Amino acid sequence: MIKRFIARNAPGYIFLSPWLLGFFLLALGPILASLYLSFTKYDMVSDPRWVGFANYEYMFTRDRRFWKALEVTFTYVALAVPARLIMALSVAMLLDKGLRTIGLYRAIFYLPSLLGASIAIAILWRQLFEQNGVVNQVLAVFGIEGLAWITNPDTSLYTLVILAMWQFGSPMLIFLAGLRGIPRDLYEAAEIDGTPKWRQFTRITLPLLAPVIFFNLVLQTIESFKTFSSAFIISNGTGAPADSLLFFTVYLFNEAFKFFRMGYASALAWVLLLIIGAFTAIAFLTSKYWVHYENERD
Amino acid sequence: MAGLTLRNVGKRYGALSIIKGLNLDIHDGEFLVLVGPSGCGKSTLLRMIAGLEDITDGTVAIGNRIVNDLPASKRELSMVFQSYALYPHMTVAKNLAFGLQNFKMPKAEMERRVAEAARILQIEKLMDRKPRQLSGGQKQRVAIGRAIVREPQLFLFDEPLSNLDAELRVQMRAELASLYARLGTTMIYVTHDQVEAMTMASRIVVLRAGKIEQVGTPQELYTRPQNLFVAGFIGSPKINMLQAKVDRASGEAVATVPGLPAFSLPTLPSADDGLTLCVRPGAVHIGAGEVMTQGTIRLVEYLGNESLLHIALSSGQVLLVSDNGKTSYRSGETISIGFDRSDLHYFDAAGQRVEPIQNESRLQ
Ligand SMILES: Nc1ncnc2c1ncn2[C@@H]1O[C@H](COP(=O)(O)OP(=O)(O)OP(=O)(O)O)[C@@H](O)[C@H]1O
Ligand SMILES: [Mg+2]
Repeated sequence: MIKRFIARNAPGYIFLSPWLLGFFLLALGPILASLYLSFTKYDMVSDPRWVGFANYEYMFTRDRRFWKALEVTFTYVALAVPARLIMALSVAMLLDKGLRTIGLYRAIFYLPSLLGASIAIAILWRQLFEQNGVVNQVLAVFGIEGLAWITNPDTSLYTLVILAMWQFGSPMLIFLAGLRGIPRDLYEAAEIDGTPKWRQFTRITLPLLAPVIFFNLVLQTIESFKTFSSAFIISNGTGAPADSLLFFTVYLFNEAFKFFRMGYASALAWVLLLIIGAFTAIAFLTSKYWVHYENERD
Repeated sequence: MAGLTLRNVGKRYGALSIIKGLNLDIHDGEFLVLVGPSGCGKSTLLRMIAGLEDITDGTVAIGNRIVNDLPASKRELSMVFQSYALYPHMTVAKNLAFGLQNFKMPKAEMERRVAEAARILQIEKLMDRKPRQLSGGQKQRVAIGRAIVREPQLFLFDEPLSNLDAELRVQMRAELASLYARLGTTMIYVTHDQVEAMTMASRIVVLRAGKIEQVGTPQELYTRPQNLFVAGFIGSPKINMLQAKVDRASGEAVATVPGLPAFSLPTLPSADDGLTLCVRPGAVHIGAGEVMTQGTIRLVEYLGNESLLHIALSSGQVLLVSDNGKTSYRSGETISIGFDRSDLHYFDAAGQRVEPIQNESRLQ
């Protein structure tokens, strides 16, 4: 029995081993430690002191900033994920259509996206949308007086959503691969039957792309819940203005490394983990109603 | 229903010419088969007719209407793809109905057509299945069904049977033939299988490298191939080709073929010194014929109702001989074979057919 199990699965585990080693040696310890710390009060100077569920209780009952951070993060996820996916799919379809010429071309499209994830672009973004930044200077040409996009709490989050849109690179490549996988002749058959382009998109492309959309949706949702660097840089690390950029991760970072409330920060981290887990679970549970897998057995 | 007229039709990809100035009249209600070797442009031509490729030269007319600039959807035709092109996420019923939903058609009419197609193709029991739950033959039926429901004026088929196994192919061939008999719609059918072409076609078009080599009924192509290419392409087992030197010194034309005795030729409208003589394997007889020679059996392929003998002449050339299969031969055996001159096809040095001129004395 055991021999057979090993013979059958050993290659898989060998290929997984770099990841498994990393997980057990580097990640598992801190993960378990943080679970423990989330039930303590710990300022990194004196020893952690066991407080039971006090951190969680405080979080859900008295911490207004926690709720604000949730609101900011949820709003961001709800806007940024669809925006980025729509952007990614649009670019992928453009590339799939006509611009098939060379690999270099695809690399160019990937570039802003790589940069978009970088610190430098976040800084550039801040300068673009400042009171006297490029955006407002362009608007001024048309006689429109721009807002202080980033320092205005009503608009600051949306500048980040726009930034997120430009980070479409990796979902775009996955969409492109998915589009390439749809046989040309399905569209030709539809064309001969007089199917309008829009109907081809909704009735052929979208359903056949569903597994890829699902994959990208889950990945991007997780990614967006974890957004940190762009928010941190644009809000100067504080979540300002008026906590409008108080992303969950920024709040967590502040609690941990500014106020040294490690126990509380650990509790926040676990709540974020549970939220992400819940969203992923919902996505998987509902997927059977809208994702059609080609090689599915039934 | 409609006929089709191709005038100087050409297709170029940049400098590369794929279809070269084709002229062809396809009659209303005929089953026209396009055959030719791989890469000769059959699919390209079909797709140009369908509207999936643009026409770079000449005109294509369906009925009396030039359709060069008409989108595929307006040409009132249906196409069956080699890959079936079924929508994998839709049931058979939805696959059949999908195209109809683009036309503002009453629901009852739509259902009638789908049910009718399902009945004709005997796929009623499969209506709720997805394509992946169908066998190759069943998929093919659904693909044909999807073409039928449109009630088009023209059907296009691109090698629809080539993904099926041999037995199913024969069966579907018969079914397609009976479907054609029943609908009577013009059909253009692409294949590189000359048996399919011979068995189904009203007329066959033999294509090579983007040009038409010959157009005719299966009988015409078999009995009077216009050139060596058609002679070699149509007919299975393949026709035998003999290189002959013609000697006209004695006043009468005498052919010398290595491995055969010299024999006199009929009067031919060709002054070439070299001719190619072709004879079908079925026209070579064992132990009989006007022109006879000896040969060694190299290989015997026993097929039941016939045996195919590969016989090497003294020149080394191998002739295919089809025998009735009643006698058994062994390889290595030496036998005498022969043929009648009336069974020969003559081709000049350029590979074009030359027809013997009937002897005047016989004409009177
Ligand atoms: N988009 C294209 N660009 C350049 N050449 C092409 C293109 N499409 C097809 N060809 C060439 O045109 C020729 C004819 O192709 P086509 O598919 O019509 O052949 P076919 O007769 O259908 O062959 P098969 O029996 O293998 O299906 C081939 O030599 C092919 O390489
Ligand atoms: Mg082809």
